[in-house]
Amino acid sequence: MYPEETGPLSQRLLRDSHVEQVNDWTKTASVRRARMIAYLVTFIMALLLYLVFSAGSGTLWLWSPSELLAGFLLSLLTAAVAGKVLCRGKDYRMANPVRLLILPVYIIGPFFIEVTRANLDVAYRVITGKIRPGIIRVPSGMKTDFGAFLLANSITLTPGTITVDISEETNDLFVHNINVPAGWETRDTVEARELFGLANIPAWIRRIAE
Amino acid sequence: MIAEVLAVACLVIGTAFNCLGIIGLLRFPDVYTRMHATTKMTTFGSVFTALSVIIYGAGQFLGTGDGQYITLSLHTVLAALALAVTNAIGSHAIARGAHRSGIRPAQAVVDRLGEVPP
Repeated sequence: MYPEETGPLSQRLLRDSHVEQVNDWTKTASVRRARMIAYLVTFIMALLLYLVFSAGSGTLWLWSPSELLAGFLLSLLTAAVAGKVLCRGKDYRMANPVRLLILPVYIIGPFFIEVTRANLDVAYRVITGKIRPGIIRVPSGMKTDFGAFLLANSITLTPGTITVDISEETNDLFVHNINVPAGWETRDTVEARELFGLANIPAWIRRIAE
Repeated sequence: MIAEVLAVACLVIGTAFNCLGIIGLLRFPDVYTRMHATTKMTTFGSVFTALSVIIYGAGQFLGTGDGQYITLSLHTVLAALALAVTNAIGSHAIARGAHRSGIRPAQAVVDRLGEVPP
């Protein structure tokens, strides 16, 4: 019923909004069920976020009864207003609790180690002034947009590398390196694995997002 | 006691990295290399400053059992997460904007993006 998840993002969004219009005219049971799931997922996420924000406000475990009631009502309101917008993808892979739990483990573990190592490297370059900048092409190897987004952000947050641009057709990243290792300037592409020294970051991201 | 020592240690590390980031801003030649120093090193420094607040709050909570310290710690965790995500997206947007408006990376040994037709 839905078009395949391929092609550049801009075209895909256009197609999705078109599908949305068609659905408004012919409301079937499956569409109503999809809407219900979207509302439910948004409600749970909003409630969890509210609970984190208001933890420590009272004696009922960590929350006060009035905060719990306010959170419940506000989450219902949020789901009613924003459910359709926030869950547009019709793909609830990321609502899986296991994936959501691996994400903080990834951030605290391998990602933090990698960022620390790279920060010390850039600190050394700030002090000595030894730089060899350049923009290289990195095939991300990610099939989904969220995976490519996570990899691009991980590369950007690791000092010494910034994602400058992304090719929407192939999900290739263009990465500015502050210190291009010798030999890389003649290669057409560099694997994402080689940008990180210690931890296998692309494998972790694939575990989370794909 | 231990929590306070750890908090001060994190504060020192964070401030040191923030200082190095500013020195990098002054030393590096062009917009891309400067962004390596300023956006990322200062993110790391600020995350460590936030970490010191989190450790302090957790230590006070374990000591006194007062719920407001949990609130303090959790809010700081969310602030650090928001800082990390927005910093990454912001620096990506600046770099892309700079390259689109025709600024070539200075002293570059290779520029694969410049070879691709826009």
